[in-house]
Amino acid sequence: MTQVPESTVFDADIHAKATEIIGRYPEARSALLPMLHLVQSVQGYVSQEGISFCAEKLDLTDAEVSAVATFYTMYKRKPCGEHLVSVCTNTLCAAMGGDAIYKKLQDHLGENGTPLGHEETAGTPGETGSITLEHAECLAACDLAPVLQVNYEYFDNQTEQSAVELVDALRKGERPQPTRGASLTDLKSVELQLAGFFPEDEQFATDVDGPSAAEETLRGAKLAQERGWVAPAMRDEETR
Amino acid sequence: MADPITPVLTKRWLSPNSWRLSTYEQLEGYTAVKKALRKPPEQMVALIKDAGLRGRGGAGFPAGVKWSFMPQADKGAAKPHYLVINADEGEPGTCKDIPLMMADPHSLIEGCIIASYAMRAHHCFIYVRGEVLHCIRRLNAAVREAYDAGYLGKDILGSGFDLDIVVHAGAGAYICGEETALLDSLEGRRGQPRLKPPFPAAAGLYAKPTTVNNVETIATVPYIVNGGSDWFREMGTEKSPGPKIFSISGHVEQPGQYEAPLGTTLRELLELAGGMKDGIPLKFWTPGGSSTPMFTADHLDVPLDFEGAAEAGSMLGTTAIMVFNETVSVPWAVMKWTQFYEHESCGKCTPCREGTFWLAQVLERMVAGKGTEEDIDTMLDVCDNILGRSFCALGDGAVSPIESGIKYFRDEFLALCEDNKSKQSEAELVGAKA
Repeated sequence: MTQVPESTVFDADIHAKATEIIGRYPEARSALLPMLHLVQSVQGYVSQEGISFCAEKLDLTDAEVSAVATFYTMYKRKPCGEHLVSVCTNTLCAAMGGDAIYKKLQDHLGENGTPLGHEETAGTPGETGSITLEHAECLAACDLAPVLQVNYEYFDNQTEQSAVELVDALRKGERPQPTRGASLTDLKSVELQLAGFFPEDEQFATDVDGPSAAEETLRGAKLAQERGWVAPAMRDEETR
Repeated sequence: MADPITPVLTKRWLSPNSWRLSTYEQLEGYTAVKKALRKPPEQMVALIKDAGLRGRGGAGFPAGVKWSFMPQADKGAAKPHYLVINADEGEPGTCKDIPLMMADPHSLIEGCIIASYAMRAHHCFIYVRGEVLHCIRRLNAAVREAYDAGYLGKDILGSGFDLDIVVHAGAGAYICGEETALLDSLEGRRGQPRLKPPFPAAAGLYAKPTTVNNVETIATVPYIVNGGSDWFREMGTEKSPGPKIFSISGHVEQPGQYEAPLGTTLRELLELAGGMKDGIPLKFWTPGGSSTPMFTADHLDVPLDFEGAAEAGSMLGTTAIMVFNETVSVPWAVMKWTQFYEHESCGKCTPCREGTFWLAQVLERMVAGKGTEEDIDTMLDVCDNILGRSFCALGDGAVSPIESGIKYFRDEFLALCEDNKSKQSEAELVGAKA
C-alpha cells in the first residue's frame, strides 16, 4: 500500500477498523463488502471518498471498487436520511398490500403533490427525522406479509395506516419498536453492525435479545405441541 | 408413518431464549459434535450419504455426495479447504433460513463444525444477506459464545481439530444465492456466477477446494449424527428423506413455518394452516419459490418431495409455498416476478440480461391493457432463448412463472389482449367519426 494523505473524513478509528476487517479473511479483498458497509457507517452513503478509502486500503483502483459498490443495492450512492424505510413490493407482499403501502408512503412523504421516488429522501439527509424511502425485493418474511423494514429491522403485518403512523413517528424523531429486531437506532449505526462490529457490551446483549419469534414463525411448532405430534424418537444406542 | 408435523429443526423454537448457548446445551445441543469428532471424517461423509440428506437450498443435490467431491488429503502441503454456508435467503416466498438462524443459530454452528471436520476445512464462512440485521446479530453473538465455550477455535474439545467461523454480511443481490456468484461476492467482487467446471470442490473460494451448503441442510446434520441415518429415513420418502420446513405464505388463515416430512401435500399443509383465508378458493401457488413453475388447485395432492414436484412439472425448490386466491391476476403476478428477475439479473450473460428486460416490458404493456395475442408467442419465444441458454439458474428461474402462467392461465393473458382489441376497434370508430 502506498503512502496517501490522511483522509479528513475517515479518522484513525475507521482506519483501524478497516485493518481489523482485513484481518478476518485469508485474502484481503474479501474485506471489500464489509468495508463498504463501514464507510457507509461514517457518511450514510458510499461517497467518492469512501470508494478511494477502500481502494487505498486494499490496493485496488477506484474503478475496481466502484464496480463493486454499484452492483449491490444496499450501497447508496447519495446521502441518505437518518432512517431507511424499505417496503417489500415483491409479488406476495404486493398482493397482500405492499404495493398500496409503498404508494401511500410515496404520496405521504412527497411534497407539493409530487410523490417521493425510489431512494429519495424526505427531509434533509442526515438530519433527525429524515427518511429515505425505497421499494425492496423479497425480504424473507413472507409469512408476515406485508412487511417493511426500518434500517433493516422488521415491521411485520403492515397496513397503509400503520406504515403512515410509523413514518410520522420517525419524522418526529421518535423510534418505534420493530416487530422483530433490536430497538431502532439510525442507518449509520446499523451499517457499522453490518461491517461486523458488535461491541461486547450491555447494549449488544439487549439487542441480541430483541424479539424474533413472531406468532407465525412458531405456528407449526405450537400446533405440534398442542396435538402431541413429534418427530420419531431417536434410538438410545445411537444417541449415546 | 410419521406425524403430520415433525419438529426436528424447529423443536427448540418454543423455548425461551432459544438462541442462547445455555438453552441449546440444555436441549442436547453440542452433543453431536462430540460424537463426530471422535470418528474419522470419512465416516461423517458416509453417514450423510446413507441418510440421503438432499440440499435444502433448492437444487436437492445429495449433500453427502457433494461432500465426497472434496479432496481427501489433509497434509501440510495441501491447499486449505473451505466450507461456505449459503445464508443469502432471497428467493421470493422463501423465509425458512432466517427464522431458523434467529431462533436456533447454534444448530447451524454445530452443523458447520461437523461438516468442516468431515471435509477437513478449518475455515468456514456464513454468507448472510445484509438485509437481515437481527439474524446477523444473533449469529455473531452465537459464534462468540461458541468460541468462549471452546466449540470453535483451536483444538476443539481436545480433538486437535481447529475451526474458525466468520459471519459475512452481503449487500443486497439475489444472484449471490447462486453458489459461484456467492463465492465471487465473498472474494470482494461483483456477485456474478462462474463457469462450471471447475466446480467449487476443485476450485472454489480463492480457487481452493470449497463446499457451499444451504443453512437448513447444515443445521440438519447434528440431528443425523445423533439419530442415525435410519432414524432420519423414518421421515419423508425413499428418495427425499427427512423433515423439511415448509413456509406457507399468502392467502391462508394461518401462514407460518411448518416442519413436516418431505412428501407432504399442499392439501395436508393447508389443513395445518387453517385453510384458505376467508374461504376464498385457491387459484395458483408455488411449491418452492417464484423460480419453481406454479401449480393450481389441480395439484393439491402432489407429494411435495423432489421427485413428486418434478413429475408434476415443477420443482421442490425451497418449499416456499406462496398461496394466491382467486382475487389475484396471474399476468400481474407474473409481471411482478419478472420485474424482480430483471432487477436481479447480474448482467453477465445476454439471454438473461436482455431477455428479462424485454419480458418485463412486454408484460407491463400487457397488464396495462396494451398487449396483443402475438405478445404471448413473443414471450414464449424469448423464454425459449433464455431457458438452458443462460449462464446460471437465474435465467431458468425467470422463465418459470411466465411459461407456467401461460400454460395454466392462457385465457387470462388472452382476455387482457381481447380488452385491448375491443378498445382499439372502438378507437378506430371514433377516428372514423372525426
